[in-house]
Amino acid sequence: MAKREGIEVSVAVGDAAMLSDVDVVSAYPITPQTHIVEHLAELVANGELRAAYIPVESEHSAMSACLGASAVGARTFTATASQGLELMHEVLFVASAMRLPIVMAVANRALSAPISIWGDHSDVMAARDVGWIQIFVENGQETVDNVICAFRIGEDRRVLLPVMIHLDGFALTHVIEPIELPDKKDVDQFLPPFKYPLPLDPKKPVTMGALGSPFIYTEVKWAQEINLEKAKDVVLEIWQKFGKAFGRTYSPIEQYRTEGARVLLLTMGSYSETAMVAVDKMRGEGKEVGLLKLRLWRPFPYQELRKTVKNADVLIVLDRAISFGGPGGPVCSEVKAALYAEVKRPKIVGFVGGLGGRDISMAGFAEMVERGMEIARSGSKREFEIYGVRE
Amino acid sequence: MAKTKAKEKPRAKGELGWKEIEIGFFITEPGNSVEVRTGDWKSRRPVVDFKKCNKCTLCYFFCPEGCIAKNKDGFFEADLFYCKGCGICAAECPKEAIAMAEEAK
Repeated sequence: MAKREGIEVSVAVGDAAMLSDVDVVSAYPITPQTHIVEHLAELVANGELRAAYIPVESEHSAMSACLGASAVGARTFTATASQGLELMHEVLFVASAMRLPIVMAVANRALSAPISIWGDHSDVMAARDVGWIQIFVENGQETVDNVICAFRIGEDRRVLLPVMIHLDGFALTHVIEPIELPDKKDVDQFLPPFKYPLPLDPKKPVTMGALGSPFIYTEVKWAQEINLEKAKDVVLEIWQKFGKAFGRTYSPIEQYRTEGARVLLLTMGSYSETAMVAVDKMRGEGKEVGLLKLRLWRPFPYQELRKTVKNADVLIVLDRAISFGGPGGPVCSEVKAALYAEVKRPKIVGFVGGLGGRDISMAGFAEMVERGMEIARSGSKREFEIYGVRE
Repeated sequence: MAKTKAKEKPRAKGELGWKEIEIGFFITEPGNSVEVRTGDWKSRRPVVDFKKCNKCTLCYFFCPEGCIAKNKDGFFEADLFYCKGCGICAAECPKEAIAMAEEAK
């Protein structure tokens, strides 16, 4: 029987990778991801985890080493955050295009300048279009479960794609939570050994990353896009299977107290926990407010979103990143795009908030809901508003 | 090396549809560069005036793509499947027998 114990989420991420029998870890430490890779280095050094730990001089090298490891058919794990994710940016595209199922935990953190080690989603949003499957988690248990699921999703023959697990820096990484680490034998049963169909092998040589001239590039990219879109069904299937095996089921958009809700709030990551409590309070005051938690960021769950919001009057989207000079936060822009052609859809209001670790309290979510309803009634001078900025 | 006489478009072996792309666009068979239509981005093509040509072979040796070969009458002609339209053959031809014609598409 799996034990439920108090454990730092970063440590639990490392343990989840160990339970998944990871073969290679290559990473470069960066706040707030550091404890994840420190713990993995320790596990390897202690002999508890039989894996190769490749220390490198940068995140660009870390992701490059992961490419090579995954290409020979090794189960590969890494983690990063913020500037580290940006530094490995160009290699991220290669991992997805070459269909290498690396799993990476991203301890979401703001981008410089000014230097901020605190959490927001600027790093993720700049890596939105890299072709990876991307999953947001909101607490320690979800992180552990989804790291294990990520290997099974990415390595599925129908998918073969890298997966990012987004966990908010500090708000999750540095928090000690009661977490149930599954038993090794249950994980072994759930997660079959990794067998890459076309590994680098001197006995059967293949060329990876060849030139794609104009006569073939379009076909290659379309094949990649269709593959990522189709991966959604496999993600859902594996979450269901995980639920059967471990009793915790995940879905692309989680609904919290949405029954009969006229106003819906949409959040991602750890803020969803505060938002739930805020929704409870507002419901207690008789307000018809519900919460949507967007878990599957890529591939984007269009159908699920359309179905979920169609009966609401107002949909308030909170982004934790600015798309500078753009039409709003990246999440809100995509939500608007997804609903544009719907005959019956709510008014959509976008807020940006929680930048660089700025807290949003329970009262904050209530304020945002109030202001959001006001904007829905009488409009705003701006495409989106920022929450909690000082004049 | 398989020479495709096709002027332009009939689908060559390497011109796969998107459903036929190998995982990650990996190459599993060696020597498939002959399937790559390097001739699809040229804006001009060489046209030889065989009345002026004296079969000196300079175009054959200067062609950086190696796509010029002797035809059945002993004259030299570029395989447009590979020819990138660089015009080096036309520039080197001592008889000015090669003209670069605009690709009309």
